[in-house]
Amino acid sequence: MANELRLVEAIRQALREEMARDESVVVYGEDVGVSGGVFRATQELQDEFPEQVYDAPLAEAAILGMGVGLGATGFTPVPEIQFASFAYQGFHQLVQHASRMRSRTRGTLGVPMTVRMPYGGGIRALELHSESFEAGFAHVPGLKTVVPSNPSDAKGLLTAAIRDPDPVMFLESTSRYRAARESVPEGEHTVPLGEAEVVREGADVTVVAWGAMLHEAMSAVEDAEADAEVVDLRTISPMDSATILESVRKTGRCVVVHEAPRTGGLAAEITARINDDALYHLEAPVERVTGYDVPFPMFAREEAYRPDEERIRRGIERALSA
Amino acid sequence: MVRDQVADFSVEYVQALDEEGDLDAAQAPDVDDDQLVEMYRLMRLSRRADERAIALQRRGESGTYAPAIGQEAAQVGSAIAMTPDEWMVPSFRESAAFLTRGAPFHRLLWYAMGMEEGAEVADANFPPAIPVGTQPLHAAGIGWGHEIAGERKAALTYFGDGATSEGDVYEAMNVSGALDAHAVFFCQNNQWAISTPRETQTRAETLAQKAVAAGIEGVQVDGNDVLGVLSVARDALESAREGDPVFVEALTFRRSMHTTSDDPSVYRTEEQESEWETRDPIVRFEAYLRNEGLLDDDRVDRITDEIEELLADEIDRAKAGREQVVPAEMFDHVFAETPPELQRQRETFEREQGDGEVASAEEGMSGEERAAGGEVSGRGDVREERETSEDEEVSGRGE
Ligand SMILES: Cc1ncc(C[n+]2csc(CCOP(=O)(O)OP(=O)(O)O)c2C)c(N)n1
Repeated sequence: MANELRLVEAIRQALREEMARDESVVVYGEDVGVSGGVFRATQELQDEFPEQVYDAPLAEAAILGMGVGLGATGFTPVPEIQFASFAYQGFHQLVQHASRMRSRTRGTLGVPMTVRMPYGGGIRALELHSESFEAGFAHVPGLKTVVPSNPSDAKGLLTAAIRDPDPVMFLESTSRYRAARESVPEGEHTVPLGEAEVVREGADVTVVAWGAMLHEAMSAVEDAEADAEVVDLRTISPMDSATILESVRKTGRCVVVHEAPRTGGLAAEITARINDDALYHLEAPVERVTGYDVPFPMFAREEAYRPDEERIRRGIERALSA
Repeated sequence: MVRDQVADFSVEYVQALDEEGDLDAAQAPDVDDDQLVEMYRLMRLSRRADERAIALQRRGESGTYAPAIGQEAAQVGSAIAMTPDEWMVPSFRESAAFLTRGAPFHRLLWYAMGMEEGAEVADANFPPAIPVGTQPLHAAGIGWGHEIAGERKAALTYFGDGATSEGDVYEAMNVSGALDAHAVFFCQNNQWAISTPRETQTRAETLAQKAVAAGIEGVQVDGNDVLGVLSVARDALESAREGDPVFVEALTFRRSMHTTSDDPSVYRTEEQESEWETRDPIVRFEAYLRNEGLLDDDRVDRITDEIEELLADEIDRAKAGREQVVPAEMFDHVFAETPPELQRQRETFEREQGDGEVASAEEGMSGEERAAGGEVSGRGDVREERETSEDEEVSGRGE
């Protein structure tokens, strides 16, 4: 059985099913209860699960820090950070505690917290509401970072994240929340963390993307002259190098796309991994199509900032012409 | 065992003008007639400016906007108490305070239109802080600077009731107390943080008492009473100028939506809203001014006309400016001096945006190729300057 759902609805379904399955799952955050969240991801869940869904005071350090306490002592916290840019207010709790609780206690305590947050641009949002801090999370050992690109994966990955014994940053693209309805399996559906997916097979060039950019990449390859293979990374940390490497060994060329700034971005890490393990298969340098090294502009300039079909197509052409 | 009570505190509440517009002379600030009428004009201007901004957003002419409707007395009464060279450190809901301090409306609109131009600061105004509760620390820094420099000035920062739950706000009050920073913490308790009522933020009976733990003075004022606010703000600023920071809790109500993306009917009742309608700050003040003979129908009409004209001009100006946005300016001002790699990104961007000569000196070239400027790919397809899309927000509910 499958259902046609939008990404935001798939997320709600995963939360509903996990709360029903496991009463240790607690959903909380700013405005998630009565109003159902600013993007409506938790709409009506409080009515259904009054003991498991809570409005929290406006305090991200508290939201994430309490998650450490809840998580280490038997609950499965699933806090929402209203916008990814406000996770910084609790970043110290992630870096100093949530991520390292397991290693510093030699495995005796862990934090099975899944932190959901909207990220990325494309919806003409306010200043500081469109950033992609994915590389920052990926840089913290002990955190997993997941970015679904479609409704079915959103449900499957969120379910897997909630069941995962370690802290997971779950980034939801604001521009994909209501972008399209797609078929989502009803009932039990998990997508393993740490596994990329080849979403389009091709022979000439590998394009790696995730989240909203996966869709830009797919449109770009439709128009490109080349036969591109597209990899949806899905989990950016821990990263599934094997799938990327296998693809690059086949195509000999690679373009990595992300919306986050270029310097220190995930494309740099992916390029390094290819250099480490598939250098001699490369027929051209790995191309990066990314955001620029500027603060994410307010929306009058955001289109100029975000990689789009056109820029990705150029990246593919450069990879092919080298 | 000895048990002594070692601390005791109380919080004062101030009101000068009651809901009927009657004045308690003992609480009234010293203000001349012209200034009284000016405060009225500013409150009317702010209300109307917000209404126009909401309408522009609804027509797709502008982005998300956070109106201050209902909070005009709190903002006008406090902003007017500052000297023009004292720093205001605002949050995202301070349209009335900005207008009081002479900021032109088109700048507020530019900000709502997603243009950095709207956050360019003029005079002693910090740009609006979008993260909740981070900016009081900036006021603490400015105010500490005044203490170090021995200046009789104070910084005033605005934030909401929700913000008082953030750690930064407590840190700001605490360091200010410890270091004698010349800061006034002006909390507009408008009862709601998006859908979250004030009771969910804290079990404390007043927000003003949060100052007590930081060792600074906390006071409550009727935030819909512009004269009471002026009086309290003046006292607070005077105290802060001497190195004694003050926390002011202005009790008010957000009459409108949280932002133009919000729908308050989901979380509050019409009853709650109409209850506060009767306490509207402008109605009350107008009644007082009419009683005093400072306003009559004629004068009110003239003020109304002036405001309409002013705002129409400002809106035209905002729209004209929007047509002139240069996307490449996103690379400017990231640093005082643009580093080479960023300069290279800027050049690539301009080439791609520009005359259609698609060069291959783009992302991913070797250093030498880059230095040589790259060879022309020969595709030469012309790429039109992309228009800023006026699409509706797709988020539905994104803030
Ligand atoms: C650190 C941070 N967390 C969350 C948000 C999202 N957000 C924007 S405004 C707001 C509520 C603010 O309430 P309050 O401080 O009472 O001010 P008001 O909006 O009522 O003026 C929230 C949660 C944010 N901007 N910053």
